[in-house]
Amino acid sequence: MNAPHIDFHALAPEIILVATIVVVLLVDLFVKNKNLVPRIASIGVLGALIPVLTLASDGVNRSMFGGAYIVDNYALLFKGLFLVVAYITLLVSFNYIGEGDYYRGEFYVLLLTSVLGMTVMASARDLITIFVALETITIPTFALAAWRKHDTKSNEAGLKYFLIGVLSTAIMLYDMSLVYGITGANKLVDIAGYINEHSTPPLFAVGVFLTLAGFAFKVSAVPFHFWAPDTYEGAPTPVTAFLSVASKAGGFVALISIVKFGFFPSEDSWQPIIWVLAAASMTLGNLAALRQTNIVRMLAYSSIAQGGFMLVPIAVAADVGGNGDSAWAAVAVYLVIYAVMNLGAFAAVIAVARRTGSGEISSFNGLGRTAPLLAVFMSLFLFSLAGIPPLAGWYAKLVMFRSVFDSGTTGAVILGVIAALNAVVAFFYYAGVTRAMWLEEPATGTEERTLPTPLALNVAMVLISVVVVAAGVYPQGVARLGELAFLTG
Amino acid sequence: MNWFDDWALTLMVFIPLVGMALLLVIPRAQEQAIKWTALLTSLVTLGVGVGIAVDFDYDAGGKLQFQANESWIDVIKSRFHVGIDGISLPLLILSALVVVCCIIYSWNHFPEPRNPKAFLALVLLLEVGMNGTFVAQDLILFFIFFEVVLLPMFFMIMVWGGPNRAYASIKFFLFTLFGSALMLVGFLALFFVSKEQTFDIVKLGQLGGDGITHSTQMLIFGGMFLGFAIKVPMFPFHTWLPDAHTEAPTVGSVLLAAILLKLGTYGFIRIALPLLPDAAADWAPWIGLLATIGIIYGALCCLAQTDMKRLIAFSSVAHMGFVMLGIATLTDFGLNAAVFGMVAHGLITGMLFFVAGSVQERYETREMSRLGGLLTQAPKLGWILGFTAMASLGLPGLAGFWGEFPAILSAYNPAKVIDGLVGGSGGTLWTFRTFMVIAAIGTVLAAGYLLLMLQRVAFGAPKAEFENAHIHDVHTSEWLAWTPLLLLIVVLGIYPNFLFDVTDGAIGPISKVFGG
Repeated sequence: MNAPHIDFHALAPEIILVATIVVVLLVDLFVKNKNLVPRIASIGVLGALIPVLTLASDGVNRSMFGGAYIVDNYALLFKGLFLVVAYITLLVSFNYIGEGDYYRGEFYVLLLTSVLGMTVMASARDLITIFVALETITIPTFALAAWRKHDTKSNEAGLKYFLIGVLSTAIMLYDMSLVYGITGANKLVDIAGYINEHSTPPLFAVGVFLTLAGFAFKVSAVPFHFWAPDTYEGAPTPVTAFLSVASKAGGFVALISIVKFGFFPSEDSWQPIIWVLAAASMTLGNLAALRQTNIVRMLAYSSIAQGGFMLVPIAVAADVGGNGDSAWAAVAVYLVIYAVMNLGAFAAVIAVARRTGSGEISSFNGLGRTAPLLAVFMSLFLFSLAGIPPLAGWYAKLVMFRSVFDSGTTGAVILGVIAALNAVVAFFYYAGVTRAMWLEEPATGTEERTLPTPLALNVAMVLISVVVVAAGVYPQGVARLGELAFLTG
Repeated sequence: MNWFDDWALTLMVFIPLVGMALLLVIPRAQEQAIKWTALLTSLVTLGVGVGIAVDFDYDAGGKLQFQANESWIDVIKSRFHVGIDGISLPLLILSALVVVCCIIYSWNHFPEPRNPKAFLALVLLLEVGMNGTFVAQDLILFFIFFEVVLLPMFFMIMVWGGPNRAYASIKFFLFTLFGSALMLVGFLALFFVSKEQTFDIVKLGQLGGDGITHSTQMLIFGGMFLGFAIKVPMFPFHTWLPDAHTEAPTVGSVLLAAILLKLGTYGFIRIALPLLPDAAADWAPWIGLLATIGIIYGALCCLAQTDMKRLIAFSSVAHMGFVMLGIATLTDFGLNAAVFGMVAHGLITGMLFFVAGSVQERYETREMSRLGGLLTQAPKLGWILGFTAMASLGLPGLAGFWGEFPAILSAYNPAKVIDGLVGGSGGTLWTFRTFMVIAAIGTVLAAGYLLLMLQRVAFGAPKAEFENAHIHDVHTSEWLAWTPLLLLIVVLGIYPNFLFDVTDGAIGPISKVFGG
């Protein structure tokens, strides 16, 4: 048997990441200056971006391992997103991890391993590769969630995340085996081919249902979201940012791949499930977020609700012309914009927590007076999450609604109405934080304890706010990305 | 002047943005530099506006002029398309003018917690949104500018507002957001159901709802109606207005009353009516009904107020009711009256809020039971209040009259395409003539509450607590800010054709669809 053809250019991002992981491990072992570790990690991540750009510019679709691993615009868009998110996560965790009582080298190794899983996920086009990638993403994050060694909440976060994660993995693996058993296919395109040619037995629907349930755990969609708020609250905040953005995006990419390339022709089996997940996530996520007093828990529920918005285009994709391409592009655009603005919000939360040492929303009181610039940043990110023009979030919401009307079915329109109402409800809790910042009196004694915001964190916030404003005023750039990924991929 | 034709509107929208960016880089301690930068920015913007007004071809008021049509978001077929006609021009100039007045007025009167840098930056950002809304010719672009005004106004109320500012600002934001979410849904639906998938207002206007089933038109119109009606605000969506006005700082109130409310009525005339004429004809009697209720309800609420600013806020509900009644007739006459009413209300109510702010600054209260004798303590301020109140109640010879009176008169003979509330097409005349009579009663009530306010605030002797207070009469900065508005109230009152000539050409094509 011949060795499989390997295209090293196509694998370059992953290879660079693996090399970085090894170097980081070695440096951590032998070099005293631990500040070197995050720097090397950052350089590695940026280095991995270079082949992503060169691959994107030559525009050739590359297929390897019998079509199980494909590098096309779709894959490259998400690889790029994951690497950028990883870089920003490194920026926001630099001081947090450096100044706390944490293992540093291992932190970066695990983080990069998870990112490696994400870049693989973007290219994965068969069930096994998807599964392996998903586990590569998830397993390091179990440990990361429990990174605050002496904090029982953090340990609880890690344990809870681990148990739920393993459970969902087990369910998903079992049901992938059902799908494989029925269709006899492992590659997603072959599954789609089977569905097109045969009528599927009821057991297939069970397989699809439970596979999607497994993904619903990963993207914390209601009713599979119970782990998220506790885990997010307990984990170190940079890890929470990473979980709620990168890991969630990884789950979404898996979901998009498997639905778009695999289950798509059998719309009756997946469409109603996604519809319910979307409606429930938006509504319950928002209602729960309204009641939170802790900023991280609020952002946790808000990210559940945002996940619901992202599911909306998937739920209507089957009725959108051209294989739902504009709906898929809408999810991609939403995902990119969400990733950026949510990271921004977490960066600001980390900066505020440094000043006040608290995660309560009340710790934002009077921020507009004590640290106006930080308050402006936070307001920008929150209003962007709320979808207020001219900040980037509006365009994400717009393309979401657009796909609803493009499909035009009754079910889609009902979902659109639910989404519209939720968009208004969401404003309430985002505005609550804004109100605390600009309206309330600062708590006494906060002035003395203030630490200056570190450079890396400021750089992250400036970068993100520039993107948030630019993408909001001229969304064509982001829109183009989404279009490229799906119309050619 | 080709260069100017292509760029004038873009400049008009984005010069304030540049000014705002400049403000942000000037250190906070340099207050003079900050104020002058803001003032110069607004003056340059107004200058461009005057240039546009001079260069505008008044014989072709119905034609879009100064157009620019550049690619913006190709993926969703939305373009940066701007242009003005005779309806937009007066509102655009009004917006630029009022901003200048507001910045001059604020010169020495920054409300607590001061911070002129942030305050003026917000004013300029507001101007971006206001100017942009009046020139946008693309639904998505319109929506963006329509929303851009939200954040600065929200912060203006929340940071510089009165004691109940948190409630008022969030209520303002939520109401408007709810309306605009449904409006956006309507825009998107229109995009997909119209014959040519486009957001271009001009093209959609030419299609005029062609090929869209009647029930779909009614629903889409409903979405737009909510978005615009909340902004106007029409009864029963007006409840955010008194709170927002009462809590907002003076300049916030002025901008809110003078310009922001107009965005709603402008939306009706620019978008809702021409794009969905069939639905507009069916909705018209109901809009007329709500407008008439608003006139009476607003007036009755005014009579019950003890707070001067709250009274003026409710008078806005009543006055905007007249504007909406004019729009609901769908006639040439009614729509012209509506645009005139918008400009007149902007000038007059803007002035009233300025005066109320100045009174509050001097007496530190707006409770009318504690005020009195303004004419003896600050005679000039008192006379300005009297003059503006007269203009507001629709005294002939001042601008308010030409908004109100033709609007009432137009209800005598509404467009033929409208059906009555009862009795089908036979009941149209009956329906609208009833509105006319009720609206006429509204003008009497308006005279009542405005004179009552004038009597309580300006006449009589000062109350004991303020007897020995030193009340400064009108400051120089106030004179500078108010003179243009006062002059315009007189000029438009004496020679209304000055404005009607501009609007008429642009109203014609819209009302023609309804057989007007």
